[in-house]
Amino acid sequence: MCGVCGCGEGHSHSHDHDHEHDHEHSHDHDHHHEHDAAHSHAPGLSQFRMVQIEQDILAKNNRYAAENRGYFGERGILALNLVSSPGSGKTTLLTETIALLKNDLDIAVIEGDQQTARDAERIRATGVPALQINTGKGCHLDAHRVGHALETLQPKDRSLLFIENVGNLVCPSSFDLGEAHKVVILSVTEGEDKPIKYPDMFHAADLMILNKTDLLPYLDFDTEQCIHYAKQVNPHIKILPLSAKTGEGMDSWLRWLKAELELQRIDYA
Amino acid sequence: MTNTPGADLHLPEGCMAGIAMHEMSLCESILQVLEQQAETQQYSKVKTVWLEIGALAGVETEALRFSFDVVVQGSIADHAQLEIIEVPGQAWCMPCSRNVVVQQLYDLCPHCGSHQLQVNSGDQMRIKELEVE
Repeated sequence: MCGVCGCGEGHSHSHDHDHEHDHEHSHDHDHHHEHDAAHSHAPGLSQFRMVQIEQDILAKNNRYAAENRGYFGERGILALNLVSSPGSGKTTLLTETIALLKNDLDIAVIEGDQQTARDAERIRATGVPALQINTGKGCHLDAHRVGHALETLQPKDRSLLFIENVGNLVCPSSFDLGEAHKVVILSVTEGEDKPIKYPDMFHAADLMILNKTDLLPYLDFDTEQCIHYAKQVNPHIKILPLSAKTGEGMDSWLRWLKAELELQRIDYA
Repeated sequence: MTNTPGADLHLPEGCMAGIAMHEMSLCESILQVLEQQAETQQYSKVKTVWLEIGALAGVETEALRFSFDVVVQGSIADHAQLEIIEVPGQAWCMPCSRNVVVQQLYDLCPHCGSHQLQVNSGDQMRIKELEVE
């Protein structure tokens, strides 16, 4: 996947094309020079000149994300980017989901954490392949790392791929990984105002799981208000309250997964 | 190749690794663009960088300035000045059928109070222009 970054890892067919592009650019140098010189603020007085860039800061990540999305599309893989605060119950939701679906579907998991392979080990214990990415001090997964993970993990065609992002409600919202949907998980122990405290993530997500509903009798959590806040930030967000521990509400989540996977498996012209 | 304890996937450094905060990783991305453009546009030093940052982009501009100075140390953009052009947030209000200004993603329409708003401007993070040598 890495013809662009020069890290020397892996390979992708589409990158030969990119290299050709680079060459074309280098042929243009003389032209750029003259053009930019004309835009200089103080021609003749300074060797400084202006260069128009007009480039999205995340353009590089977005290129990798587009490649990943193409990879998933060709293979009919449903990739979901699971995002939440630390401790929302993402990994437990995954292990319970896998236990209920693994006889019907092929499932693979990419786990992102700053340190340790504990989560990947928990997933592997369920019998499905999992790959741990440690981001070190990094606060999110990026599309480049996910591309490498795909080379190693090689999820099966027409399978379900969960990408469990680093527990963080801020940074992962900006970094597209090529997923079909971001799914944000909020647990009822976190307070109903999380969606407006961290609006970017709830704005970017298509589905919100309200987890640990079995604890509601012991908390002052206002479910209606939480749903209201989430829809205020994102009028299109869909919300599923459930308890991964007791299984309450899991049926809707499993049906959503199967329906989305079925959509991803369609071959469009 | 660095081996991070516990990781199944070991990547070389420089792929946004070792960055502690959101704005730091954005600055890493900015520096990558500056270095990449240095080849194609033939410059060896960056004096000023103009960024366009939307009010809804989730970027703290003061943190961005701080991170930028740290990230560019020793690079072609060492001591470069960062000029941030702030772009206001704008959304289409469905009930009102018009664009309205919003400060936050959770804002309600200032005219009708609806939350049926679709953001259509102010979420960008772009490098617009450079002054180079």
